Amino acid sequence: MTIRIALVYPELLGTYGDGGNALVLAARARWRGLAAEVVEIRAGTPVPAGLDIYLYGGGEDDPQALAAAGTRASPGLRRAVEGGATVLAVCAGLQVLGAGFPGTDGRRHAGAELVDLDTVPGTPRAVGDLVVAADPTLGLPLLYGYENHGGRTLLGPDASPFGAVRLGLGNGHPDQPGVDGAIAQVGAGRVLATYLHGPVLAQNPALADLLLTGVVGTLPPWEVDPAGEPAAALRRARARQTRVH
Amino acid sequence: MMSARTRAALAIGTAAAAASRRLGRGSGEVIGGKAALRLDPRVLEALAAGRTTATVSGTNGKTTTTRLLAAAVGTAGPVASNGGGANMAAGVVSALSRSRSDRAVLEVDEIWLPRVAAATTPAAAVLLNLTRDQLDRSNETRRIAALWRALGATLPDTVAVANADDPLVTWAALGFARQVWVGAGQRWTLDAMVCPHCAQLLLREDGGWHCVGCGLARPVPDVDVVDATTLSDRGRTYELDLRLPGAVNAGNAAMALAAARLAFGVDPEAALAAMATVGDVGGRYAVVPLAGRHARLLLAKNPAGWLEMLGLLDEGPPRPVVIHFHSRVADGRDPSWIWDVPLERLAGRTVHVSGERAEDMVLRLAYAGVGAVRHPTPEAAAEAAAPAGGDVDVLATYTAFRELTVRAS
Repeated sequence: MTIRIALVYPELLGTYGDGGNALVLAARARWRGLAAEVVEIRAGTPVPAGLDIYLYGGGEDDPQALAAAGTRASPGLRRAVEGGATVLAVCAGLQVLGAGFPGTDGRRHAGAELVDLDTVPGTPRAVGDLVVAADPTLGLPLLYGYENHGGRTLLGPDASPFGAVRLGLGNGHPDQPGVDGAIAQVGAGRVLATYLHGPVLAQNPALADLLLTGVVGTLPPWEVDPAGEPAAALRRARARQTRVH
Repeated sequence: MMSARTRAALAIGTAAAAASRRLGRGSGEVIGGKAALRLDPRVLEALAAGRTTATVSGTNGKTTTTRLLAAAVGTAGPVASNGGGANMAAGVVSALSRSRSDRAVLEVDEIWLPRVAAATTPAAAVLLNLTRDQLDRSNETRRIAALWRALGATLPDTVAVANADDPLVTWAALGFARQVWVGAGQRWTLDAMVCPHCAQLLLREDGGWHCVGCGLARPVPDVDVVDATTLSDRGRTYELDLRLPGAVNAGNAAMALAAARLAFGVDPEAALAAMATVGDVGGRYAVVPLAGRHARLLLAKNPAGWLEMLGLLDEGPPRPVVIHFHSRVADGRDPSWIWDVPLERLAGRTVHVSGERAEDMVLRLAYAGVGAVRHPTPEAAAEAAAPAGGDVDVLATYTAFRELTVRAS
């Protein structure tokens, strides 16, 4: 089988290097001898069903509003997730999949309502290092990245936090302090959403492998991870820089 | 006639600059200018009065274009210019107070342009490009474009010399009463995917761009880059013979050519001859010794700049590559943008990396299929890149670049 990875609206949701998440997933599959294909979903077209992993990235306000409008007009996405696909949504992508979010002018934009969360404006803007201890059921080491957003996100009963914030703001909603992102089960599939960019899968390869495992079951063993040493070195540097480890 | 207050402010600014130089704290430009501005906030207006001025602003190419334009304008006599890159109000005050020439070419920081242009009422405002520079400053390019557009409405006698290939710049320039369009090029498009006017999608095809919503589109250039060695100005073609390399500098020269003719009446042929003499600009493209190697210094401070510099690496035979990479405040603390740079174009090479954020770059290169080795210093990286000595290309972010030019001087 070929692992099909959708990079959703990279022209709109590509401000913080999140296109790198697709690159990392495809490389980690291919290095293990698995076939992988990255399908770029161009802005102005609906998000189709039929892919295995959907990646939403971060973006600025006007492009984010366009991405939300496109996603709302894409019944294929919900169909895919209900059928077992996984979504990784970062920053603006997280907000797009919720009930709504604030735009440049303070006007509220409607989201795709795939995840039970809502985003309201907040000050100051959260800018800087973000370190998250992921929900223990995910079995992941500490996650490093950056955040850059003005939104404050509140989770509803059908979503649980992606993790606990060790440094930075994360969702930042006063009613639910100290948590980042969301995990939501949608039919047979799952949405993982976070404010971590960096891109998150490059700095945290275990999360990338978790997404791949969701598609193929068990990952074939490999002799050596070609990005293993560089990623370990970066994670040591991030631990040193953030003093969180 | 300057007021007594302005004269006193300038005298104190000059004294402060001299004191700063004596203390070995640099050129003193910024300190002197700041002191003068504190004593007389209108000192810039007084200094600019009676001069014909051009401002040069944009994310990339400000310093180089300022140097090219100053060279062109210099063919007709002395010109005041802040060639050192001190490009906020204080640096401009300092440049103008050092020279009585009746012409000025001023590099101005993008955010400072409204303040400086309001004070100097330039004959030409050269608007180069607007792309992301520091990720920690969000939504910035659209916001600056809006500031520039509003500025245009307050300057009825200023011509916008604008890059038609940049949608944000085009939209900003349309706020001015008059525009001269230059096809200066903009390979990086990721910061202008939606229309700055109506937020609908921008489409790019056949070298042009247009909005699917409001119809905003690339204007037909008056001055254009035909190829790396040919410019055209209102239908006539001119040969370009720059010492500065790369397509990006042909674009900068086209912008300077247009401004020199419009604001200062400099004939294109004379302008091009003068621009051909400009070598390195503040260390950019300079060849300096580094661990006994001949290191060509390439400033690559943001994705648009990296894209241009990667293009430059492809010109001529391949040379060993060193990347010296920091993410300090002036670089933007968040280096995620390197994942948007097509470093895959270096695949097959081994790149040697140094700097405070070398780990980020090495990981990026690993996923790009580029061999990468981390070194503790740029010297060690240069030694490993060219074990037998010889030429090395060194790409560096802003603060890393500054560090290398200071070491070399």
